[in-house]
Amino acid sequence: MAVLLLAEVTDGELAMDATAKAVTAAKPLGKITILAAGGSAAAAGDAASKIDGVSKVLVAEDASLGHRLAESTAALIVSLVGDFEHIVAPATTDAKNVMPRVAALLDVMMISDASGVVDANTFERPVYAGNAVQTVRSSDAKKVITFRTSTFDAAGGGGSAVVEAVGAVTNPGLSEWIEDKLAASDRPELTSAGVVVSGGRGVGSEDDFAMIEKLADKLGAAVGASRAAVDSGYAPNDWQVGQTGKVVAPDLYVAIGISGAIQHLAGMKDSKIIVAINKDEEAPIFQVADFGLVADLFEAVPQLIEKL
Amino acid sequence: MKVLVPVKRVIDYNVKVRVKADGSGVDLANVKMSMNPFDEISVEQAIRLKEAGQVDEIVVVSIGVKQAQETLRTALAMGADRAILVVATDDLHNDIEPLAVAKILKAIVDEEKPGLVLTGKQAIDNDMNATGQMLSALLGWSQATFASEVEIAGDKAKVSREVDGGMQTIEVTMPTVITVDLRLNEPRYASLPNIMKAKKKQMDEKTPANYGVDVTNRLEIVKTVEPAERAAGIKVASVDELVAKLKEAGAV
Repeated sequence: MAVLLLAEVTDGELAMDATAKAVTAAKPLGKITILAAGGSAAAAGDAASKIDGVSKVLVAEDASLGHRLAESTAALIVSLVGDFEHIVAPATTDAKNVMPRVAALLDVMMISDASGVVDANTFERPVYAGNAVQTVRSSDAKKVITFRTSTFDAAGGGGSAVVEAVGAVTNPGLSEWIEDKLAASDRPELTSAGVVVSGGRGVGSEDDFAMIEKLADKLGAAVGASRAAVDSGYAPNDWQVGQTGKVVAPDLYVAIGISGAIQHLAGMKDSKIIVAINKDEEAPIFQVADFGLVADLFEAVPQLIEKL
Repeated sequence: MKVLVPVKRVIDYNVKVRVKADGSGVDLANVKMSMNPFDEISVEQAIRLKEAGQVDEIVVVSIGVKQAQETLRTALAMGADRAILVVATDDLHNDIEPLAVAKILKAIVDEEKPGLVLTGKQAIDNDMNATGQMLSALLGWSQATFASEVEIAGDKAKVSREVDGGMQTIEVTMPTVITVDLRLNEPRYASLPNIMKAKKKQMDEKTPANYGVDVTNRLEIVKTVEPAERAAGIKVASVDELVAKLKEAGAV
């Protein structure tokens, strides 16, 4: 039994946290071969070879694989499938773009966002915005899976897997990358941050969101937002935490002016410690908070910034 | 250009989901059902393209139980021209899998020859996020997922996509499959006169057999349970107490 794991590679660099968490998830399934693909991927392949539990790394470098365009990346994976029984990846937006395409080309069902491995054919996954957890058993010969990284710990370092180069397949030429507009920020990445400070509709405006950012910087945290705050234009969509945004599980999650809609809870309820500040004591967020403070956030947050 | 818009009937966005105590699934009997919110956005986008003169016919498709005709009527009332209902099951609790849905859609695309398929990035019931990508793969077309801006010019579409950490813009060759994200547009409400007019619009009823597709599920749902609940925490009275508790817990 063998696993092919698509590493998360962005501009030639390995996203270690997401990839190492997927390694932990895939470990019970068999020997793990990592695929590092990209316009440049050698450095990412080297980094991946040091993850504990990885037995081999395949590096595919080709201009057509740059920016992880789905058509060429899926074609590459299908060309490498051979005897691999599980084809897996961390559930990043890149993998969610590519992996269902791979599954359809292999004529197998997709198993998206798996949060648990029961056995080689059986997996747990959240459905209905996290309101239910399904256990599904696949009858397909090959399983294509993305793993929800927030439920797995990252595998350690110290490995020394063999690294091998593989060729890209002919570029289908269906799509072309034009540009990335990534938010330039010194803050940690939202899905792997140890601390996340999020603001909701209660923050009231884009200008007042600066207060959330200030608290985040004080704590060395990433900034998040509820869908309501994003819809109201207070925060960009890539800050959105929830079923339709990012799923996070930091050591500390601070929810400010967030009521706690089900879809938001689905994105953060695996956090180790949850703090909620909200003036409505009936807000559902208090049902999941370890420490709840019923207060006006415009008074409490500045005090908190001062006292931490 | 013709555009095909697949829409799914799902549990309404505002309904509290109830997991059945025997682990057999989520209770969908006598629960309000609506169009998947992401699919509403794709219907809206198709209508805007038609209003801009880039599309001349909008065909909506739904695959599932017979009651999905209500969802199709909603799309027709918003402004779609014609509907195809594929009755694939008579069991409300049987969710037709994305792979089977993609195969039926492929057969419909082969017949209808649209230049564009626009659909929601994910259904809010099974949260699979797979149908659009699978359809694109089966057709051998390009794909642009999680779209928040779409510009079509000639045989190319420029699409801005929501990705981890920001936005990515790509250009895809038409025909293409585009899956839409939340910020693309705000769907309109159907007006009463349009709801009345929609009742007269054409709706063809088909079965998977008409398209030669086997809809047997590949994934057996062994059980469905409620997620583990968090233990209730405490309320603190002041910012000072909060800071003290966080220090005690080693969180700051």
